Amino acid sequence: MSTLVIAEHDNSSLKAATLNTVAAAQQLGADIDILVVGGSCGDVATAAAAVPGVGKVLVADNAAYEHQLAENVSQLVAEVATGYDNVLAPATPNCKNFMPRVAALLDVGQISDIIAVDSPDTFQRPIYAGNVIATVQSADAKKVITVRTTAFDGVPAEGGSASVESVDSVHDAGLSSFVSEEVAESDRPELTSASVVISGGRGMQNGENFKLLDGIADKLNAAIGASRAAVDAGFVPNDMQVGQTGKIVAPDLYIAVGISGAIQHLAGMKDSKVIVAINKDEDAPIFQVSDYGLVADLFEALPELESKI
Amino acid sequence: MKVLVAVKRVVDYNVKVRAKADGSDVDLNNVKMAINPFCEIAVEEAVRLKEAGVATEVIAVSIGDKSCQEQIRTALALGADRGIQVDVETAAEPLVVAKLLKGVVDKEAPQLVILGKQSIDGDNNQTGQMLGALANMPQGTFASEVVIDGDKVNVTREVDGGLQTVSLTLPAIVTTDLRLNEPRYASLPNIMKAKKKQLDVYTADDLGVTVTKHLTQVKVVPPPERQEGIKVADVDELVDKLKNEAKVIS
Ligand SMILES: Cc1cc2nc3c(=O)[nH]c(=O)nc-3n(C[C@H](O)[C@H](O)[C@H](O)COP(=O)(O)OP(=O)(O)OC[C@H]3O[C@@H](n4cnc5c(N)ncnc54)[C@H](O)[C@@H]3O)c2cc1C
Ligand SMILES: Nc1ncnc2c1ncn2[C@@H]1O[C@H](COP(=O)(O)O)[C@@H](O)[C@H]1O
Repeated sequence: MSTLVIAEHDNSSLKAATLNTVAAAQQLGADIDILVVGGSCGDVATAAAAVPGVGKVLVADNAAYEHQLAENVSQLVAEVATGYDNVLAPATPNCKNFMPRVAALLDVGQISDIIAVDSPDTFQRPIYAGNVIATVQSADAKKVITVRTTAFDGVPAEGGSASVESVDSVHDAGLSSFVSEEVAESDRPELTSASVVISGGRGMQNGENFKLLDGIADKLNAAIGASRAAVDAGFVPNDMQVGQTGKIVAPDLYIAVGISGAIQHLAGMKDSKVIVAINKDEDAPIFQVSDYGLVADLFEALPELESKI
Repeated sequence: MKVLVAVKRVVDYNVKVRAKADGSDVDLNNVKMAINPFCEIAVEEAVRLKEAGVATEVIAVSIGDKSCQEQIRTALALGADRGIQVDVETAAEPLVVAKLLKGVVDKEAPQLVILGKQSIDGDNNQTGQMLGALANMPQGTFASEVVIDGDKVNVTREVDGGLQTVSLTLPAIVTTDLRLNEPRYASLPNIMKAKKKQLDVYTADDLGVTVTKHLTQVKVVPPPERQEGIKVADVDELVDKLKNEAKVIS
């Protein structure tokens, strides 16, 4: 039995989501190799080789893969996957983009967003916005799986010394090309791996008011998130959305400010260790999942909180 | 240009679904059903392309038992021209849905296929991408903007950290994200008109697809309950609890 883990990266650094995926892969009990697909991604391969418990790192480094175009990456992954029993990738927007293509090329189902491995063919995954947890059994000989990273503690980033081999196949489907990218630069920790997250909702009233969260985030080294209502209203960019159809987070501390607690939002944060809600409506559903609820006007509570932590 | 839109019948997004006591499945008895919100956005986008004179015909397709004709009629009321139901008895898995959609694509030869990014029941996020692989078409998933440009389509996608724009050669696949558009409401006259629009029914056999089973649902259970917490009186108590009880800040 052998497992192939697809690395999540930005061509220069290996993302923590890869370490959570390796942890999930270990539970399958098979040998683990990592595949790095990208363009000028040598540093990522070096980092992947340091992950403990990895047999070898395969690197497909070519301009055709630089922007992770799904049409190209999926063909390469499907080709490499022929030698493996399991293919695992983190359920990041990037891997969610190409993994189902890989599964279809291999003519197998995909098991999305697993949160537990019961046995090598049986997994748990949330459905209906996390309102129920399904146990599913795969009948496919080859398993294509995406992993909910918050459900598995990552393996260490250092300590291993895997060999690095290059994969020379180049798949350029010629169907798509990269045009441009608008990526918001931030000095804050990544939303999905931060140990503290503070999110604002419609109650923040506008984008300018999100600055009220900055000082607290600075003091707690927190990432800043948002509800869909805040994103839809244009207060903040879409990549800050936490929820069923946004990012899934499970930090040690989650602070929800001016967020009512719709099921779609809860789906993205209710596995946080400690949840704090600040809302002026004492009946807001968010209080049903929070450890500490503060019924208050956020415009008074936030400056006070910032000064007292 | 023909546009094919895939619409799925799912539980209404306001319903809090529960597991049956015996854990065999979720309890959908007497639960309100609706068109998957992402599919509604897909229909809206297709109809706007038609209104802009880019699309010539919009075809709504749904895969399921007869009840999904209701969602096809909704799509027709929103402005789709005709509907196709692919009749399957039990809920089909994404790979099977993708194969059936591929069958419809082969029959209809659309230039653009628009799907939702995710169905809110299974939360799979797979079908569009799988169809892309099976039909050898490029894909623009999680789309927040779609611009047709001659024989290409430019799709702006919601990715980690921001937005990415890709250019795809038509025919292509688009999967919608929430911010692509705001769907309209169907007017009463349009709901009436929709009843008269053409709706064809195919079987998997008609499309040359064998329905296979890859995943078996063993059981469903409620998620772990969170203990209901407490209300704190003020910011001082909150800070004290976080420091001394939860010990999550220092
Ligand atoms: C298909 C689909 C997918 C979705 N996916 C997501 C998702 O991934 N993530 C997500 O978040 N949502 C998602 N939603 C939307 C979700 O249903 C809710 O509409 C949304 O979460 C509401 O955001 P909110 O809590 O910020 O806004 P509201 O529900 O409007 O709540 C605002 C809260 O702020 C409080 N407030 C107002 N002023 C103050 C003040 N001065 N001080 C303190 N409190 C104040 C109010 O009491 C209220 O509770 C989705 C919806 C659909 C249909
Ligand atoms: N049974 C179905 N009938 C029609 N379209 C479907 C069906 N299942 C999935 N789809 C389409 O595929 C999208 C993604 O679904 P999923 O891969 O299940 O998350 C949906 O938003 C629909 O557009």
